[in-house]
Amino acid sequence: MPRLKEKIIVTGLASAAIVTILTTIGIIWVLLSQTIEFFSDVSLFDFLTDTQWTPLFADKHFGILPLVAGTFLTTFIAILVALPIGLTIAVYLNEYAPKSFRKIVKPLLEILAAVPTVVYGFFALAVITPFLQMLIPGMAGFNALSAGIVMGIMIIPLITSLSEDALFAVPMSLREASYGMGSTRLQTAFKVMVPAASSGIIVSVILGISRAIGETMIVAIAAGQQPRLTLNPLVPIETITTYIVQVSTGDVAHGSLEYRTIFAAGMALFVFTFILNNISYWVKKKFQEKYE
Amino acid sequence: MDKLEAKNVNVFYGLNKVINDVSISIKPNSVTAFIGPSGCGKSTFLRLFNRMNDYIDIFKMEGKVEIDGKNIYDKAIRVEELRKKVGMVFQKPNPFPKTIYENIVYGLRIQGIKDKNILDETVEKSLKQAALWEEVKDKLKNSALALSGGQQQRLCIARTLAVEPTVILMDEPASALDPISSAKVEELIYELKNNYTIVIVTHNMQQAARVSDTTAFFYMGELIEHDSTKIIFTNPKNERTQNYVTGRFG
Amino acid sequence: MNNAVKNRIKDNAFKYFGIACTSFGLLMLAIFIGNILIEGLARIDWDFITNFPSRNPDKAGILPALVGTLWIMGLTAIIAIPLGVSAGIYLEEYGRKNRLAKILEINISNLAGVPSIIYGLLGLEIFGRIMGMGGSLLAGASTLSLLILPVIIVSTREALKAVPKSIKEASFAMGASKWQTIWHQLLPASFGGVITGIILALSRAIGETAPLIVIGALAYVPFVPASPTDEFSVLPIQIFNWISRPQKGFAINAASAIIILLLVTFVLNGIAMYLRNRWQRKVRW
Repeated sequence: MPRLKEKIIVTGLASAAIVTILTTIGIIWVLLSQTIEFFSDVSLFDFLTDTQWTPLFADKHFGILPLVAGTFLTTFIAILVALPIGLTIAVYLNEYAPKSFRKIVKPLLEILAAVPTVVYGFFALAVITPFLQMLIPGMAGFNALSAGIVMGIMIIPLITSLSEDALFAVPMSLREASYGMGSTRLQTAFKVMVPAASSGIIVSVILGISRAIGETMIVAIAAGQQPRLTLNPLVPIETITTYIVQVSTGDVAHGSLEYRTIFAAGMALFVFTFILNNISYWVKKKFQEKYE
Repeated sequence: MDKLEAKNVNVFYGLNKVINDVSISIKPNSVTAFIGPSGCGKSTFLRLFNRMNDYIDIFKMEGKVEIDGKNIYDKAIRVEELRKKVGMVFQKPNPFPKTIYENIVYGLRIQGIKDKNILDETVEKSLKQAALWEEVKDKLKNSALALSGGQQQRLCIARTLAVEPTVILMDEPASALDPISSAKVEELIYELKNNYTIVIVTHNMQQAARVSDTTAFFYMGELIEHDSTKIIFTNPKNERTQNYVTGRFG
Repeated sequence: MNNAVKNRIKDNAFKYFGIACTSFGLLMLAIFIGNILIEGLARIDWDFITNFPSRNPDKAGILPALVGTLWIMGLTAIIAIPLGVSAGIYLEEYGRKNRLAKILEINISNLAGVPSIIYGLLGLEIFGRIMGMGGSLLAGASTLSLLILPVIIVSTREALKAVPKSIKEASFAMGASKWQTIWHQLLPASFGGVITGIILALSRAIGETAPLIVIGALAYVPFVPASPTDEFSVLPIQIFNWISRPQKGFAINAASAIIILLLVTFVLNGIAMYLRNRWQRKVRW
């Protein structure tokens, strides 16, 4: 019965695909169920407005703001590094660099992207921080600045490769039109190519932000573990992800309030990245329509 | 009895009607040419006979298409069985990225035939029928992609013959070939006529005149005229046919 | 100075800026690898590979972590490859027009953007607690499998998409069923692309730290894991643990372990790049 056999195979393939949906349901269910229990002990108002996060201390406060501040501070620094450098590399590779050079650089950038994040963390702590301490006396050993800078370096390949794809997809005729009117490469790049590829570049930045918000090991190693509501990049802070690692490496009993805090924190993280990913998906869809 | 028959067929791509109320009957062991300007629906119509249009998402069909008196769009018909009976040769040669030998036996293998003797015999027979045997008999284990375009196309014909169809559909089989290869394929079509019912879509009117017994002229999704090739090219009844075959538009 | 001259100067200035930025990325990579090699290379010897972790940095080794990493890689491959490739085939070849496929597609693109630590929370509850696997190798591999599933699915689809449509049509026209066409034509023709995706996904899995920490992988393992139900550590966690210690000796150990981890990662990536290039050349028929 070959027809039956085909049916069985298709069912098997479809079930494998369904696993991805179960994963999403699992993530949402796990985060939601634990978070709901968390909020039976802690008020949502405190969670969102309290300026202290001290669940592991005797005097417990559950204000997520310090963790959010830490997360956004490191993310902001990372994008500040990654966007100009990443975009410049993309424009340079696409408009200026000889083909042979491009062929060498792209795999090297891919290597940069393949390095495990724990290694970047080591780099931040052991190389960047001592270097910055020479320039900025009084900077703490753990700080948002070096973690953010190294996170930025980590994100450069992501921004470069997505922006480059977007630039590459701009029809050749547009570029030729610009050169035909006597523009320089720089004018062509920034007056014609970058605007035409803007949605793809925006997507790369959003994904870069999302990546930085969710990044764990670099900040866990180099940025410290002190939740603090500050925008000072020179002192130790704590991000949402670091807090989850901090609790996971310690001894926290399952079912306790402390245990649930990591799911509440995870929920906050999930919401941020979910929104960003959906914006980028939506921008990408719009962008595809434009070219087809 | 007619080999192929279509009755009042309409085809839609989404909301577009691309075939409008076409009926045609085709005799066994004959060569029929479908001609007409680009976009007239002749390829779409050809692909109805082995249900290759089924894979287009927005495809919809009304009417009846029969082979040997059986409606091939009936629910009980298995598409795979149908395609074993109705072979197809495409516009561009599309050999599988495998050896020459494996290309020919592919159709047998998927039917579960493993006997080496049968496979070997089939390879030789099909290649001989396709007039390719002499050129490739010493390199059956070489990649099919190493053959020239014309050889590849004859290989694709041999591959089709290997499953012993009764009908062969050809969608501009020579349009991607050079004149010499093209002539070889035409010769082959002429030979094959004795054993197969062949329907060929072509842009090349000399080719239609050379190889076919009857010719059908399509225009804007309609079948304008179907008659013996001689009449179509010398004394067509319809004015649009005459304009087309004499090159006044197209 | 007229406008054209100004423009040309600006144009050239940007060119050098572009070279500077590109060099910055590459320079960082060089400093980075150079620094780690200087710090860690001297410490690597056979004892370092075969010793257990220890309170004394000079005696500490990476054996349990290295074996744990190999276990994790193998188990993740066993779980993730069949699931990912099957799902990729389904999405590309069967489910393209139905609603389910649309939902799946959006869902997968969303999953790809979920931070890895969230997968850790999922694994902690579902595999660790509800399914009772605790902090075992199996729990870790299951978690990482879900994490890399989107990567394998997407690359499988890309590879299938790259097979010329004419091959598919030819197979159908010979009377092959859909599955026969996929099995005999599409998968062999797209094999290089599929394998490349799998290797890249696995290389990502062995570099992951956060999700494994969350599900409860240990930092200190005084035994070599021998079955999928054993508790474990992996190289990145060992590295993290050593980085967190104040003594200089452990920082050197961390650098040495990083060399080993990078070596494995780069070798895997190298193989993937090689296969991809070979396959791209071959695929033009």
